[in-house]
Amino acid sequence: MNPINFLGRLGRTVLTALAALGRLSLFAFSTFTHMLRPPFYPREFFSSLLNIGWLSLPVVGLTAVFTGGALALQIYSGGARFNAESVVPQIVAIGIVRELGPVLVGLMIAARVTSSIAAEIATMKVTEQIDALVTLSTHPMKYLVAPRVAAALITVPLLVAVGDIIGIAGGYVVATENLGFNAAAYIKNTVDFLELNDVVSSLVKGCAFGGIAATMGCYYGMQSGRGAQGVGAATKSSVEAAAILILAANFVLTGMFFSL
Amino acid sequence: MIRMQNVHKSFGDNRVLRGIDLHIAKGSSMVIIGGSGTGKSVALKSVLGLIKPDSGTILVDGKPADSGDRDAFLARFGMLFQGGALFDSLPVWQNVAFRLLRGTLKRPVDEAREIAIEKLRRVGLKADVADLLPAELSGGMQKRVGLARAIAAEPEIIFFDEPTTGLDPIMAGVINDLIREIVVEMGATAMTITHDMSSVRAIADNVAMLHDGVIQWTGPVADMDASGDPYLDQFIHGRAEGPIEAVR
Repeated sequence: MNPINFLGRLGRTVLTALAALGRLSLFAFSTFTHMLRPPFYPREFFSSLLNIGWLSLPVVGLTAVFTGGALALQIYSGGARFNAESVVPQIVAIGIVRELGPVLVGLMIAARVTSSIAAEIATMKVTEQIDALVTLSTHPMKYLVAPRVAAALITVPLLVAVGDIIGIAGGYVVATENLGFNAAAYIKNTVDFLELNDVVSSLVKGCAFGGIAATMGCYYGMQSGRGAQGVGAATKSSVEAAAILILAANFVLTGMFFSL
Repeated sequence: MIRMQNVHKSFGDNRVLRGIDLHIAKGSSMVIIGGSGTGKSVALKSVLGLIKPDSGTILVDGKPADSGDRDAFLARFGMLFQGGALFDSLPVWQNVAFRLLRGTLKRPVDEAREIAIEKLRRVGLKADVADLLPAELSGGMQKRVGLARAIAAEPEIIFFDEPTTGLDPIMAGVINDLIREIVVEMGATAMTITHDMSSVRAIADNVAMLHDGVIQWTGPVADMDASGDPYLDQFIHGRAEGPIEAVR
């Protein structure tokens, strides 16, 4: 390949990526400022709390309980290779609270909430409902975006906390019912082993992942192209972007909390 | 009341508006006609600020449309969208009273609901549709709800974007008559875009034909049939032969 053509393509790709990053950053900043400035739409906010938080509980709970159970089995069988079966309570607790709880909840929220927000807003854009909002003197960023992102920032850490507890409970049930662990000792080991920093990191990750999930859904919904294809593309892109950003943010936050 | 001067708008290489000049007098009903993709919706949305023109001036009551208090500016307008653009998640009455439930025109909920039901009656809908969701209504009923929403806050200026698209001829006639009645009764200034000639004859005081990004012809609706303009003649008679290319 001609090196000039190669450089040209590379340059265009980099510029396109930077422009997209810039648009996304401006959108996130605009969302943040709209969350702080009136008018506020409490009805939209509480409706988002219900949709993002309460209605996500079943999927979060099921994800966490099966993951906790599977993790207990894996640690038990893996630990048996070097006579370390007894560490199941500690490793389940740390694995769920530090890592699997927030990441899996974040990814489930990306699948359930990001896609739903993107599809809803994209459909509103395609059917001119966003234009209608503007003509009715209502700013779409304030009415549609700010309440959803604010609700996700509040509810996803709570979902992560619930997921952590249910995940540990899943490990507990498997360990005590199938693997012969003593119930009281399992709980004591779990509680004694977890530190405040573990729990704080889990909640901070939940907050960050919630913000990412809702912002991506709103951003791609607002950027949607025309027709059913535009809605589909917006939904797909929003979930992809949210999942990748959640995993990247998880790496960064894990480094910040536990690298020292 | 509304004046567009040399308004240009392009989307990439597609020059949609190439210097529109148009004047709509206060209290009159202007209908803009033209083929699909000629920029009628772009012209209308430019006045509302939903699309920003590349150049040119849009004045409303002598003041630039893009200056001053945006909320106060928009509060003067009502708009009926082509597909209704009703909010799926809200019941019909909250769609109609949307502007009355929030912002500067906010009223108590009971009063807003009462006004919404009154407006629904005005467009021929019974009070029992008030609590239905838009998805539970037929296309014609959705248009009526959209019309009720457009007039709910008693605007001075009402825009109608393809008001009869997707309706059967009888329902289209009903909507045309309703629009005419309401505009006359409210003394509002109206701007309608359509390619439905029955709408033009029912709604318009004046007609402007948009072609190739400019106003090809404008004048009173009574002069339309004898205009002598070959573009307008071809359009209003729906001829495939003429200066307008039939395949675009």
